Amino acid sequence: MLEIKDLHASIAEEGTEIIKGLNLTVSPGEVAAIMGPNGSGKSTLSYILAGREDYEVTSGDILYNGESILEMDPAERAAAGIFLAFQYPMEIPGVATMQFLKVAMNEQRKARGEEELTTPDFLRLVKESAATLNIDMAMLKRPLNVGFSGGEKKRAEILQMKLLQPKLCVLDETDSGLDIDALKIVADGVNALRSPDRATIVITHYQRLLDYIVPDSVHVLSKGKIVTSGDKDIAKELEANGYADVLAAAAAA
Amino acid sequence: MMAVSTMGTAKKIELTDAENALVESFVDRLGRLPGNADTVQARDNAISTLKKNGLPTRKIEAFHYTHLRGLLKSVPDRDHSGHGEAVSPLVSNAELITLNNGRLGDLPEIEGVQMTPVSSSLQADVGALSLGPVEPQDAVGMVNTAFLSDGVTMSFSENLELETPIEIQSIHGGGQTHTRNVAVFDRGAKATVFDRYIGDDSDVLTSNITQLTVKAGADVTWIRVQDQGSEARHLGRVEITLDEGAKLTLFVMNFSGKLVREEIHAKAMGEGADLTFRSINMLNGESHCDVTLELDHLVENTTSTETVRNVITDRAQGVFQGQIRVAQIAQKTDAQMACNTLVLSDDARIAVKPELEIFADDVICAHGATVTEIDSHHLFYLMARGITEKSGRGLLVKAFVAEIVEELENEELIDALEARIDQWLETHG
Repeated sequence: MLEIKDLHASIAEEGTEIIKGLNLTVSPGEVAAIMGPNGSGKSTLSYILAGREDYEVTSGDILYNGESILEMDPAERAAAGIFLAFQYPMEIPGVATMQFLKVAMNEQRKARGEEELTTPDFLRLVKESAATLNIDMAMLKRPLNVGFSGGEKKRAEILQMKLLQPKLCVLDETDSGLDIDALKIVADGVNALRSPDRATIVITHYQRLLDYIVPDSVHVLSKGKIVTSGDKDIAKELEANGYADVLAAAAAA
Repeated sequence: MMAVSTMGTAKKIELTDAENALVESFVDRLGRLPGNADTVQARDNAISTLKKNGLPTRKIEAFHYTHLRGLLKSVPDRDHSGHGEAVSPLVSNAELITLNNGRLGDLPEIEGVQMTPVSSSLQADVGALSLGPVEPQDAVGMVNTAFLSDGVTMSFSENLELETPIEIQSIHGGGQTHTRNVAVFDRGAKATVFDRYIGDDSDVLTSNITQLTVKAGADVTWIRVQDQGSEARHLGRVEITLDEGAKLTLFVMNFSGKLVREEIHAKAMGEGADLTFRSINMLNGESHCDVTLELDHLVENTTSTETVRNVITDRAQGVFQGQIRVAQIAQKTDAQMACNTLVLSDDARIAVKPELEIFADDVICAHGATVTEIDSHHLFYLMARGITEKSGRGLLVKAFVAEIVEELENEELIDALEARIDQWLETHG
């Protein structure tokens, strides 16, 4: 489903290279965890997948269902089924959350040549999904993410994911700022979306989230490339011994 | 000595094409403009002032960012048989008054509101509308006084609670129109008036002076929307007095226009008076749009808030000048002014001059101005959800101005104004 081939990418404005020859393959139905120390390029990778212009891909390619997405803008990627749950969701004053959800859902449907949702259908979908995430409808009448707590913002991200039904979900540090109850709700939301035709990339610094979203594969990112890959035991090892040991072992191998 | 002798000589200036055209059309119109002897005198004086001084240049401080003499390159013919089409009112139940190419249509009958055509007020022997003298720097006053043909005077009776809004549509189909509207809201009267200037992109010169007297305890909402198209030259002014406990919400909206000068002169004259001034200016093409506010807090315990939001694209130029003057006796004045501008293109320009002139020592007054572009992080977030760049930009611009529109209470009015904003964004956003 996703194939990242020898990817090199820099900060567009000043040219500092962040991603330095990254290779990663994720299959349909797979939940892949990407772990790495601070500054290893985790968030940058998520932004590059979503198509943020601040980063420039200098070589390599990203194939999604066999096609390169490098020339697609963020909206086209989203309509094609790529979803990024932000580490820091943007607060946008003046744009009501409900209005935003409706525009997003309908623009994606339009891009795929589908009929727009009727207002009753839209409301029903939002109500159902919000209830499973313990989201109060009153919260959705407020401007997008404005004044939401950290936990509310993350739950709102998962709500968007549920509503938009993407094919490739990228969760960037979704666990940061969550207490254990919120973490469970968010993990349940993600797990409910697991399906044979959907892939998920969970980017995290800590192993904790992976107790709730159990990955099929774990990849360790360091200095802009994947240095080692394996199953969920790598995550346990990282938790027990820290990044230094794992990185040293990878370097020696 | 040289300076003195230069000053002493009344130097004759050479008139521009536009100024010459104005003077010539005045001569052509002599005897055909309505008015009694006083009116005729006032018109003569206005045109003499224009002949002597010309239109203001940027050397005149109030016109520093709007070099009217240079910007007004030509004026359309005075006599134009153009006829604009009336449009549906902003809210469906509004009572409609039309000024079609400067000619007042039939007046509706509204209980508690006495209305008279300005053309007849100008001719009355008793109780005539007085045009008064104009200052040499007062371009709006000069042009309007000289050429004023019609308008409506409205008198709202004491404690009237008018449920249905009144909409004055000034419709232009080319040529020149010069109108004046006068509204007196008696004690405790409550009313909403829409004051719209509508055109079809034809070449027009319009001037309008609107005089609002809001008496003790009256509560008025006045919505002024200038939407005359890309070729319109519009010289406007709203003159306001607020008595004790009077409350006015004044909304001024401009959708482009080739050259727009909209002045607001307000005086808070009675304790407890409150002015809510809001302005939204959506400028595209080669538009030059200047909103200039002068507000005097003259007595104790008066309040005002002024919020201006500009959205500017293409090569348009916006100007906002806001001057709040607080008299020495006007203690406990509370005035809050903010001007925020969103620029959407590299060549869009904005000049902002907020000024506070405070002579009292116990007041709360503040002003602020920001100029920003669309936040790229906000746009990326929207696009990451599949919202196209154009829609995303539209949502963000809309959010920037809708905040102000949504302060209004009438839902149908909010919808109508937002629909117009959406239309602008669709074409220019």
